[in-house]
Amino acid sequence: MLMLAENVYLEMVAHCLDGLPEEACGLLGGTDGEADGARASVCYPARNEAASAKLYRLAPLDHLRSDRDAEQRGLALIGVFHSHTHTDAYPSPTDVAQAPDPGWHYVIVSLRHAEPVVRSYRIVGGQVEEEPVAVDEN
Amino acid sequence: MPVEVRLPTILRQHAGGQTSVKANSGPLSEVFEDLIRQFPGLAGQIVTDEGTLHRFVNVYLNDDDVRYLQKLDTKVNDDDVVSILPAVAGG
Repeated sequence: MLMLAENVYLEMVAHCLDGLPEEACGLLGGTDGEADGARASVCYPARNEAASAKLYRLAPLDHLRSDRDAEQRGLALIGVFHSHTHTDAYPSPTDVAQAPDPGWHYVIVSLRHAEPVVRSYRIVGGQVEEEPVAVDEN
Repeated sequence: MPVEVRLPTILRQHAGGQTSVKANSGPLSEVFEDLIRQFPGLAGQIVTDEGTLHRFVNVYLNDDDVRYLQKLDTKVNDDDVVSILPAVAGG
């Protein structure tokens, strides 16, 4: 399961809505331990260098800065989020083919309908498995 | 060995789980050669057989993307930090 701090959930969805009509993306900082599970406590909105409604390419410099900030906070980058502007919140073949880290959580924010839909997946060796997402209001 | 090389989580398994490792300064290609000498499991993960940077990694020298410097010929000095990051993309 992926737990999202409420501020992370809100910032993530806001960044995706701000990015319309293009896809938006960003990284999630947090902790991911076997005992306590995964919890994202910091949202790192990033630029989509692809500037496309169908593709995203997360700006490497934003990645570098997010990685440094997470480390300074004693956290790690535990996943990535991006929006699907016109399709459901399920990984596209491109998402699966290009998933960079089997340890990450892959969050997709679908803006297909009026209400954003947030889902999270693990992608390991080309296999996609959905995981529950919860929002932590504390 | 004064250069710090920061590794992404996906590559740390090849370096004993370390977040960052040390390597000799010099052209970036030689920094990576030294890295692979220490951690043979990293061979083929950063540089292709043709001797170019893999397209699915981004490499930074301090705050600069080496693709906009001299790529693998970029000079890396003592106390510089080389960061290797996976390319993050999708559709």
